[in-house]
Amino acid sequence: MSVPDTVGPQVTEPGVQRAAASDRAAARPPDLPRRMNSGQRRKLRTGLLFISPWIIGVVVFILYPVIYSISLSFTRYSGMEAPTWVGIQNYVTAVTDPLVAKAASNTIFYAIIAVPLGLIVALSLAIAMNQNVREVALYRTIFYAPSLIPAFAMSFIFIVFLNPQFGVFNQVLNLFGGANVNLLGDPTGVKIAIILMAQLGAGNAALIFLAGLRNVPRTVYEAARVDGAGPIRQFFSITFPLLTPVLLFNLITGVSGALQVFTEAFIVTNGTGDPDAGALFYMMYLYKNAFGFAELGYASALAVLLFLAGLALALLIFWLSRRFVNYDVEAG
Amino acid sequence: MSSMIQTDTENVVRRKKSDAELYNRRADGTRRPWYSTVIARVVMIALSILFLLPLYWMIASALKSDQELAKFPPTLWPHVPEFGNFVKAVTAMPFLQFFANSAIITISVVILSVISNFVIAYGFSCIDWPGRDKIFYVVIATLFLPFPVTLIPMFDMWARLGLVNTLFPLIIPAAFGSAFYVFLLRQFLLQIPRAMLDAARVDGASEWMILWKIALPTSMPALTTVAIFAAVGSWNDFMGPLIYLQDSKVQTLSIGLQTFRSVNAQDVTFNQLMAASFLVILPLLVLFFVFQRYFIRGITIGGFK
Repeated sequence: MSVPDTVGPQVTEPGVQRAAASDRAAARPPDLPRRMNSGQRRKLRTGLLFISPWIIGVVVFILYPVIYSISLSFTRYSGMEAPTWVGIQNYVTAVTDPLVAKAASNTIFYAIIAVPLGLIVALSLAIAMNQNVREVALYRTIFYAPSLIPAFAMSFIFIVFLNPQFGVFNQVLNLFGGANVNLLGDPTGVKIAIILMAQLGAGNAALIFLAGLRNVPRTVYEAARVDGAGPIRQFFSITFPLLTPVLLFNLITGVSGALQVFTEAFIVTNGTGDPDAGALFYMMYLYKNAFGFAELGYASALAVLLFLAGLALALLIFWLSRRFVNYDVEAG
Repeated sequence: MSSMIQTDTENVVRRKKSDAELYNRRADGTRRPWYSTVIARVVMIALSILFLLPLYWMIASALKSDQELAKFPPTLWPHVPEFGNFVKAVTAMPFLQFFANSAIITISVVILSVISNFVIAYGFSCIDWPGRDKIFYVVIATLFLPFPVTLIPMFDMWARLGLVNTLFPLIIPAAFGSAFYVFLLRQFLLQIPRAMLDAARVDGASEWMILWKIALPTSMPALTTVAIFAAVGSWNDFMGPLIYLQDSKVQTLSIGLQTFRSVNAQDVTFNQLMAASFLVILPLLVLFFVFQRYFIRGITIGGFK
């Protein structure tokens, strides 16, 4: 797969090859060389040598696992004895499994709120990080700092925060006259808590937005100011359109991350996904099947379904992006 | 593209020259009124408090005694700081063992990631070989591949090799590059003027020599970014250790703390857990404060187009 199509056939009979090659040469536009010259071939060899770790990585860690995953999804396999073929049984089970429906709806609930919210938080942070004040480096550090806190530690902090007996969250509620609630004990509350927790980690997406903001040429703003555009008009007419390629990147990584939400839910619920399967996200259920119940075949089918859903969403976003992403001005 | 590096250097020089003057002036050189940044500052300070809150609450809880932690309403700062919680946290669980395992994995991953991704990115940017940009699309495509689909086969593969419950499954993949780091470094390497590379080639320099003498010195900010990303990702990784490291002797801090909490729920208190968590993130905070400049500049120059 790594050899580009410009390399001619090497092992056919010389006469046949020459005839075939001249046929093809006739059909080709004249500016394409029929074969590579020795310099190009040497460059190809050097280039492939440099990227060879990646080629090995793609084959061993991506291509082989994806194919193996698809074939395992048609089997019953516990990891011990050989897999037995069951056809599409796993997919039939998945479609009718009420816990798959529950896990999927939890994940969709999470994605619909967490992804747009995450983009807004990240963009706001990026704008704050881009302010022309002397101590801006300090703000950048502070806004990014929670992104360094690992999900498990952040989950511990939230467990303390939201504790129904001594948590500061309930103190604030009491202050406004509310009664004590146990957010983590409520099937919807636990999802909200996990969504809020994720917002503190917006630093990475914010830095990517910041990179985009700094690539917008200053002259464009100066021209807009001369034309009398205020800050809000400048944001919607200049900043936002020019940020759309970066927005697309953050949107896709955001959606992909949301479909895979796992660690926070795993720790907050101690691996159960309770109360009432309210925090049983798709990856949690997949993990439980694979490593809890040793149903590797069924879990592979769930993984393939997640893969297809992610692929469909990414293609949908790319297709929609042709309408809203603006590549007109090359910033920089 | 190449102008970006220069612009950045100019900025640094200008800033060194007259900090105050630069910040008090608009881009066109006119003076800004003193109150123009007040609203921005108020908003940013409020946001800062919000974003520092989890870290503060972690440290405050870590220093509270068992009785003080159980109080309602909670005390806003530890009235009698209990530094003993840190000692208890380290001794109540095999903290140093977990720490050593995390350190071995993280250091190996950082070294392997920096080397492999830099060589791969060089191959995708500084050498013009036929088909290069087409294959780079494949790199981009793998960026969006959800990793769960490879999870089970990978586990099966490492299990067959008898390497589950060793650190290898978490280290070895770093030697084969990662789409995001390749992408980042390639963006950076493309800014090196072609003419400079070609001049070196005409002078008889091999690609390895160009990589070492020209590409490497130019790419230090981007490589620092990759190193920090790799360090943070590896140090904080939860799912990898959860799947591959079941034996507590090989467990890392992330999975070790969670396992210890769920197994010994009665013995380990939240102040100790907060103390242990703080010790976990302390190396990252130090790393970030030391390299902060490089880090943010690495991303912002590397640029997403």
